[in-house]
Amino acid sequence: MPRELKCHPGIGPTVAGEALTAADNFSARYDLDRIKGIFSRPQHALAGQSYKDKILVLNTAKGGVASAWMLHEMKARGIAPKAILFNAANTILAQGAALADMAMCDRFEDGDVTTLIPTGARVTVYPAEGRVVIED
Amino acid sequence: MHLNDEERAMLAGAMGPARQWAMDHQMQVGRMFDAADMVPVSQAHMMADPESLGDAGVSFVEAFAGLPEPERRVRVPMITDPRGVDLSCYDPLGQTEAMADLERRFIAACQALGIMMTDTCINYQTIMPPVFGDHVAYGDTGVVIYSNSVCGARSNFEGGPSALAAGLTGRTPRYGLHLDRHRRATRRFLVETPPVELTDWGVLGAVIGRKAGSYWAVPVIEGIDTAPTSDQIKHFGAAMASYGSTPLFHIVGVTPEAPDLKAVGGDGLAAERIGADDLAALRADFGGEGDKVDVVVFAAPQLSLVEMRQLAAICAGRRRHADTDVIVCTAPSVYADAERMGFNATLQAFGATVLQGTCFYQQYAREIGEANGWTRLLSNSAKIVNILGGYGYKPALASMAACVASAEKGEIV
Repeated sequence: MPRELKCHPGIGPTVAGEALTAADNFSARYDLDRIKGIFSRPQHALAGQSYKDKILVLNTAKGGVASAWMLHEMKARGIAPKAILFNAANTILAQGAALADMAMCDRFEDGDVTTLIPTGARVTVYPAEGRVVIED
Repeated sequence: MHLNDEERAMLAGAMGPARQWAMDHQMQVGRMFDAADMVPVSQAHMMADPESLGDAGVSFVEAFAGLPEPERRVRVPMITDPRGVDLSCYDPLGQTEAMADLERRFIAACQALGIMMTDTCINYQTIMPPVFGDHVAYGDTGVVIYSNSVCGARSNFEGGPSALAAGLTGRTPRYGLHLDRHRRATRRFLVETPPVELTDWGVLGAVIGRKAGSYWAVPVIEGIDTAPTSDQIKHFGAAMASYGSTPLFHIVGVTPEAPDLKAVGGDGLAAERIGADDLAALRADFGGEGDKVDVVVFAAPQLSLVEMRQLAAICAGRRRHADTDVIVCTAPSVYADAERMGFNATLQAFGATVLQGTCFYQQYAREIGEANGWTRLLSNSAKIVNILGGYGYKPALASMAACVASAEKGEIV
């Protein structure tokens, strides 16, 4: 039985994919090897894992402003996540999603999204409607 | 969102495709953060190094640069954050001609838009600081946190695309730090060990940023009874923003919105102490005495003229170890002054490479590290040691004096 999560309306297109989840934060500059398409920061909970075409589920954004350009650059090369879901996005990641036309949502009504969506779950993200559906 | 007639015209494309894109971009972001309308801004400051932009980002801006002049010029004074390539010194760093070409293309595009290539993250020390209550659209987290906290200006973190949009429309969505309610304190910290030199300030900022941990958290800080220098509070804010994505802090009795605790709503918050143990724990994350050092970096933020003088005084008459490189990054305007005053010559005699208009972590840090065999990096910037772990470095942190002594010996002293 699919389960639906409500969140604040977000940015970007409707997308479906496989979740990659961690109770950790996110910065494209601090955490990624964008050439290889993996998390490269040794201390990150997803270190070594590929983010390509995933629905990333993370706590919040951190660090600097570079991610706003970097999401666009990553998507242009075809090595990017399909969507990023946060408990709380910051302005930079939202701005980056808008430029990259990448799906992004935050502020989930049912609580901590990193505990609601496990890694490997099939999810569909509807940013305009502010909802995420977890498939069986 | 409520738009006025001019904003609706921009959105409809009546003022050209660049302003149409900009207004649409701002509407998307504004809706996500529940902005009711737009607010005019007096300045915009754009972070846009070529590593972040890639060919896709440069091409995006170039498309606007090809428009007729009335459609492409920015509407408010707009300046730039550090570049990724110092075009007067890139081959010695191992940067490629392709990197330099991307940089040249982007500079040409910016100039066609009427953007001033200031190439600095210390515009509040060198160009035109915002004033109290001034609504601005700034990029670079260090610039934003300083401008909000120390100057009392109002800016969100505006990534490069949004800063560009603000330059093209002359406004930004009214959300976040433009609103009084998001400037009230949400966390209260009591500092038990006041910082002394620049790195201490950076470490304290890092600890508070890590504890705050959210863009929407606003720390109010007690226990700092003497007004810091601009450079000290620069390192404090830059580190806090780096570790916590924090855009605003208040220091009771120091910053303009917090003459007392009550003024920012801190009197209703429980105080969280920050002691020597917290500061030591953060420092323990980074390398220690006796470790070899490949490169010593002074950057992030770019050095002010006062820091250039301090560093030159420490380096005078000494020479770096043959196996340890030294990089110093400053703003072009500071570089010119430092050249005139002889600071650059002193640093170069020490064996340092002085770069203008760049910042180390924004200039293809992974690639120049690989080209030069730099892994073990030492800096007095708490911000840069936080960033560079993801770029394959093993960063270490020390004071400016200890960094110089370590560069001389080739290992951390």
